[in-house]
Amino acid sequence: MTSAIDKHLGVHAQALTLRSQRTELLAANLANADTPGFRARDIDFKAALAQASGNAQQGVHLQTTNAGHIGPKAVNGSLAPELKYRTPLAPSLDGNTVDAQLEQAAFAENTVRYQATLQFLNSKFRGLMTAITGQ
Amino acid sequence: MSSFDIFNIAGSGMSAQSVRLNTTASNLANADSVSGDPNQVYKAKHPLFEAIRNGLGKDASSSGVAVKGIFENPAAPSARYEPGNPLADANGYVYAPNVNTVEEMTDMISASRSYQNNVEVMNTAKEMMLATLRLGS
Repeated sequence: MTSAIDKHLGVHAQALTLRSQRTELLAANLANADTPGFRARDIDFKAALAQASGNAQQGVHLQTTNAGHIGPKAVNGSLAPELKYRTPLAPSLDGNTVDAQLEQAAFAENTVRYQATLQFLNSKFRGLMTAITGQ
Repeated sequence: MSSFDIFNIAGSGMSAQSVRLNTTASNLANADSVSGDPNQVYKAKHPLFEAIRNGLGKDASSSGVAVKGIFENPAAPSARYEPGNPLADANGYVYAPNVNTVEEMTDMISASRSYQNNVEVMNTAKEMMLATLRLGS
């Protein structure tokens, strides 16, 4: 977050990365819709974006001095969101917690929001181009 | 770029579901392959799916599907009294495979829907990436 272009793009650059990570997670959930024992995972986008843009609430944590210690979950400025397990509405006998309809809806929603972020980025670039060419 | 993992994940899902469709086809085709020996008769085959952990990407978030193996249904074959059948044993019985055709049909629909799901995921991911490539133009 140093260059002027980075500042101009704002939160959208991180949002795009997080959206693509979420797409990957939801694709994995859908691919494993019939895998026994598979637990569907997702990220809390709001918390992940706040963390990536360095605005997350940082509580007081214990110091970690050993690799085995459990550190604070969210590190500000990191693009590695915390993965959470989905709470199943109707758990199945084989331990699979993927609800295909729910995942499809989340996938569609995520795709639309990804494209919205792309539009925002596009208009930012267009603004930059106008400023550069002066036309 | 992690978006390329989506193709691996959806691809692994598609190949796993096509294995499932293959076993269903085999089970349905052999639903009436009777035998005179209960140990020789065809047994219904089913794939065993397993999530690939850390197999595709560097992080734990990407997990595709792998077919762990094909297991045969251990249920006993059903005996039919058909003394006129040339395959019948000394008591006049032939043994039919333990294939449940209704179960196989529902399994087939489920597999085909899951396959379509993965195709849609792959198509959407492709369109998203192409739109990203056009960024700023």
